[in-house]
Amino acid sequence: MSKVMSRPPASAPPPAAMDADAGSWTLRVRKTWDRVLPMDHLLPHRQPYYVGSWVYVFGVVTIAALVWVVVSGVVLSFMGPQWWHDTGVGHFFNSLHFWSVQMFFIFMVLHLWGQYFMAGWRDGRALTWMIGVVIFGISILTAFTGYLSQLNFDSQYIGISAKDAMDGAGIGAFFNVLNFGQMYGLHVMLLPITVTFIVVVHIVMVRSRGVVKPIGPEGGAAK
Amino acid sequence: MDTPAQYFDWGFIHISYPNLLVIGLMLVLFAIALVAPFPHKSDRDV
Amino acid sequence: MKMLKQEMTQEEYYRGVRMVPYDLVKELFLALAGLGIFVFVLAAAFSSPDVPTVTIQQWAQNDPVDFVSTAAGELAGTTTSAGYGAPYNNAGGEQTWGPFAPQIWFGQRIPIDSANDFVIQPLKYASAGNPGLTTAISTWTSADGDQQTKWVTAYTDALAKATYADGKVSVADGDYGPLPVMMSALLTQGQSGGLDGLLTGAGHFYQVDYTKALLFMGDGNYLFDLADQQNLSGDQWGMMNETGSYPGQTWLWLYTAWYQVWPFTSDTGVLGLNGGNADLGVVVLMTLLTAALALVPLIPILRDIPRWVPIHRLIWRDYYAPKKSAAPARA
Repeated sequence: MSKVMSRPPASAPPPAAMDADAGSWTLRVRKTWDRVLPMDHLLPHRQPYYVGSWVYVFGVVTIAALVWVVVSGVVLSFMGPQWWHDTGVGHFFNSLHFWSVQMFFIFMVLHLWGQYFMAGWRDGRALTWMIGVVIFGISILTAFTGYLSQLNFDSQYIGISAKDAMDGAGIGAFFNVLNFGQMYGLHVMLLPITVTFIVVVHIVMVRSRGVVKPIGPEGGAAK
Repeated sequence: MDTPAQYFDWGFIHISYPNLLVIGLMLVLFAIALVAPFPHKSDRDV
Repeated sequence: MKMLKQEMTQEEYYRGVRMVPYDLVKELFLALAGLGIFVFVLAAAFSSPDVPTVTIQQWAQNDPVDFVSTAAGELAGTTTSAGYGAPYNNAGGEQTWGPFAPQIWFGQRIPIDSANDFVIQPLKYASAGNPGLTTAISTWTSADGDQQTKWVTAYTDALAKATYADGKVSVADGDYGPLPVMMSALLTQGQSGGLDGLLTGAGHFYQVDYTKALLFMGDGNYLFDLADQQNLSGDQWGMMNETGSYPGQTWLWLYTAWYQVWPFTSDTGVLGLNGGNADLGVVVLMTLLTAALALVPLIPILRDIPRWVPIHRLIWRDYYAPKKSAAPARA
């Protein structure tokens, strides 16, 4: 946003308002937002005609799976980590959580395969790809803390085994997989918030740039 | 579902049938997505 | 940077490209509904795994010889936890790769004294009102290191041929000092269920940290044998597997694959990587591979494969199809 440098012509309206807004951070943020992600880019009702393959839906199905992971997870965390062992309804919500996590990873990997073979990082979209890999990594960590939070034999054994990887790499000193309190807190609060935040960033990046064009028809260098 | 799974062995690969099924279904799903026709809206443009 | 920012607006990028109606919000709702129904059906049909925990009590009841052998091993300092090193103690068993030793660098931040935490302290609780046990404990703790080693080595050797009957583990006669009394008391304590609580909650009211109880169980064979039956062990691609007939963590396939192959199955290995530092080696390797995955856009050949493999020609077949001369696109 450029400052007003010269006096406007006498016929123009008095510039008092423009001068007063010149240093406004709020205005600057809004103008940046309007430039990066205007509403018709966030929610376009049209797409290029070549967005016509089922491969394109893997991303949104991954988001849908994440929604169900969080919804079922919220119910489980509201009722406490022991609930699902004690009641049939609780076990059912755990099952919803278990299968939506399976769906989340299945469709996220399908989405990764699709984006790889489309070379979706072209034309300024490299960061979108990188953020996607970060989501993959943090999701794996989130699932890991979830397995440790089950309060069953699986949690015991995963803890006893995985501690060697954590300890061998040194982070076991801070990230104690045998400490249920620590793992549970990471799983129900810190990591879901992190995953959700990064997914939102990823979606904003996709929407702000739009879908990438097909690879050049002559088979030339993918830009 | 609580009895331990059966396993498929091939060389050093040792994978449970449920896991093999998941991976197999993913490959099939990807292949179908590649070839299945996608419903297009009418080609009338504005 | 050309790779990180699009240098033109979407209007410029899509100039000349035919746009067709595409309802993103409807697509999201269809995905939510469709996947929601599918997940509901899977949950109703298959439920989810929940193999109950193994307690120290079950361990002591079902495999008392292993239990007592483990306890003796704690006193001898020969168990996994006793020789582990950081973050638990300074026994020096850390994994290193040449000069790279993060396990040592990050220090002992979770102090565990195996012999004391798993055996002596719990026995002291049990010794209230039990003068025989009190004497045995003080005989042990006041003996010098050489004497303790003599007793525990003899006892451990004898345990190889131990028998179990009527709640007692019996070994051939020998000079084991106070150990038979101590081990018998610990076994009784374990079989009564008292050890489970003591190893998690002793001295506290609330407790959410199971480090001691799990490290103790991990020093024995009972937990591992059960895990083996469910194919969860490290050499069975266990990281990928789930109890029962459920799908596991298929996304960990490459992580666990390394543990099944050379050099991580070998004692000698290569470049200093072998079975002895496999955990560190695999973490380093997978970190590098994950970074490579993130940096694919920058890596030649990896970023060119999509151009060479004709999968994209299927995805964008409308785009690559010879253009028909009918219905001109109206701008």
